[in-house]
Amino acid sequence: MKYTLSVLVENQPGVLSKVSALFSRRAFNIDSLSVGVTENKEISRITIVVDGDEHIVEQVEKQLNKLISVVKVKNLTESGPFISCELALIKVNCPAKLRLEIMKIAEMMGARVADVTLNSLTLQLADSHENIETLTSLLRPYGIKESVCTGTVALEKGSGTARKQDA
Amino acid sequence: MISGAEMMVKCLQEEGVQMTFGYPGAVICPFYDYLSQSEIRHVLVRSEQNAAHEASGYARTSGKAGVCIATSGPGATNLITGLATAYMDSIPLIAITGQVNSELLGRDVFQEADVTGACESFTKHSYLVKNTEDIPRVFKEAFHIATTGRPGPVLIDVPVDTQNRKVKEFIYPDKPRILGYKPRTQGHAIQIKKALEAIAAAKRPVICCGGGVVLAGAREEMVAFAQNSGLPVVSTMMGFGVIPMDSNLYIGMIGSHGKPFANRVMNESDLIILCGARVGDRAVSAPSLLEAHAKIIHIDIDPAEIGKNLSVDVPIVGDIKKVLAELAAQVQKTSCDEWISTVLEYKNSYIPRGEPRDDFVEPRAFVRDLSAMMEEEAILTADVGQNQIWAANNFNVKEGRFLTSGGMGTMGYALPAAIGAKLAKPHRQVVAICGDGSFQMSMCELATLCQEQANVKLIVFCNGRLGMVSEIQDRLYGGRHTATVLQGDPDFVQLVRAYGIRAERVHSNAQAKELAKEMLASDKPFVLVCEVDPATPSI
Repeated sequence: MKYTLSVLVENQPGVLSKVSALFSRRAFNIDSLSVGVTENKEISRITIVVDGDEHIVEQVEKQLNKLISVVKVKNLTESGPFISCELALIKVNCPAKLRLEIMKIAEMMGARVADVTLNSLTLQLADSHENIETLTSLLRPYGIKESVCTGTVALEKGSGTARKQDA
Repeated sequence: MISGAEMMVKCLQEEGVQMTFGYPGAVICPFYDYLSQSEIRHVLVRSEQNAAHEASGYARTSGKAGVCIATSGPGATNLITGLATAYMDSIPLIAITGQVNSELLGRDVFQEADVTGACESFTKHSYLVKNTEDIPRVFKEAFHIATTGRPGPVLIDVPVDTQNRKVKEFIYPDKPRILGYKPRTQGHAIQIKKALEAIAAAKRPVICCGGGVVLAGAREEMVAFAQNSGLPVVSTMMGFGVIPMDSNLYIGMIGSHGKPFANRVMNESDLIILCGARVGDRAVSAPSLLEAHAKIIHIDIDPAEIGKNLSVDVPIVGDIKKVLAELAAQVQKTSCDEWISTVLEYKNSYIPRGEPRDDFVEPRAFVRDLSAMMEEEAILTADVGQNQIWAANNFNVKEGRFLTSGGMGTMGYALPAAIGAKLAKPHRQVVAICGDGSFQMSMCELATLCQEQANVKLIVFCNGRLGMVSEIQDRLYGGRHTATVLQGDPDFVQLVRAYGIRAERVHSNAQAKELAKEMLASDKPFVLVCEVDPATPSI
């Protein structure tokens, strides 16, 4: 099963390396990891998707909590509904005669045209992992030249926050 | 104006540091220069790994954080094994390393090594200090982190320009402010109640005492809990000596190299109370077998240890000293008389192995003799290999300590740890036991011993083998002793005498006992080289 963890860390140099070293040292498998700033400039948020059983994810949480630079770990999958999304950029082969056809797919999936050339189209989609996979599979027959996808970012639904419930 | 280097020394003074162990180099010179002007004692070691081990022996004996110092590059990388050793055994250390000029970081300049990166998984926390202003905060945090919660080594890497730069003034913070670090010390009342209920309901309960009890200074509380409950106590290698070993409450050391009857007690029990024990594979080789027949109460300050290797029925996170005090106050005397007498029968029907010999020194018999001759408060350090097992299984800890590298199993630990222990408690008798393999991993420290005039006694069991590995080769590799026969060893007696230290060689238990008496009575370092039959097994 996949678990999404939201990890608040001190925004200091070297913190990401401490977190990633932990995953290799403890032999945990991660599907994705993304890191970015939060509303508080002293705190960054790392969103990690872990693949494993309940026992493994419990250890991941505990080991993360042991890191001094980690302020808070929240298991979003276990704590209730949450919103999550990824951002994908997909560059697909697109001769002029197919442009409308591909743009139709993009429209259907809620993707935006980020760049266009005579023979290619780059689509941008911020959505769930599943929808990004759907778009990818719809575009594959045209020939995907290059693609990139960020890790998952997530927040819990409702007005609660990861930090507040700790206090 | 005050320089970073001067502030570093002031930080150590603020933390009450009296002794440091280290080895200088170019980029740590600014700090050394101020250190020499302070009253803090510096012990010059002969290799950086031993600085960490000596600081470890010092920390374990003094109850304070041990401080070790090295320069950048090879100095720092040489420290790593020592830090990893301390990390595995949860020993509070502060490691200070010099680093190349911060503007040159990443350019592979002379003696540059990314030591904070390399130590990521061997330290509780680490700092690379690029701003001189940060020095007081970093030191305050580092000492707090190293010594509280589950203790461990903290690394502070300070580039030479950070040491040289001057700032306006030195202000040492009163309190550390670390957002993500608040170790839980008070055990949860409901969990403690559940534990008491489980103890009352158990038919065959046993307490397993681990190294966490020693680290927490919870000896009194553990004895009170064992006495008030009447429950038998087994221990891990890191936890023995907490319960007086000749008392009826103490059963023995568990594990692959422990006492068979102690393992039997664990295997037959229906409730195991793990106290500061992390269920390492050398202590419990098959945790799943224990889960199957026993309920588990696990008390530890580190939540991540609970459930890591074993599923737990009653987890209690907290300072073991506090939790044991509560358990001791509330526990009812056990009514499992039959179980207790069974357990004692197992213990009492055991015949210690190893009879005194007149052609060799039988090491197990000799450790028992030695143990009987040593002072109540004596400290014994043991190295790693057969000598460790001979020592652990036959030494009777009274009021003193048994120090060894339990988790990492680092050869060469005994001599430097003994030096650190002796310097921490000069009035205590300190004896180190090692083998001819492990002795050669840290024998350069004989010079430190002389230099510091430390009255440490050293016993070297010589069997010309890396004994424990040979045993594995006998068992699993058709008896082919690949690279485990020590060839080219010097005459250790002559070698030690070259340092001006008295050394004697003995060939029988009678001789060994006689000279050990002399050794313990002397007020100078003494090395006793014991010739041991290579066929002597570990257990």
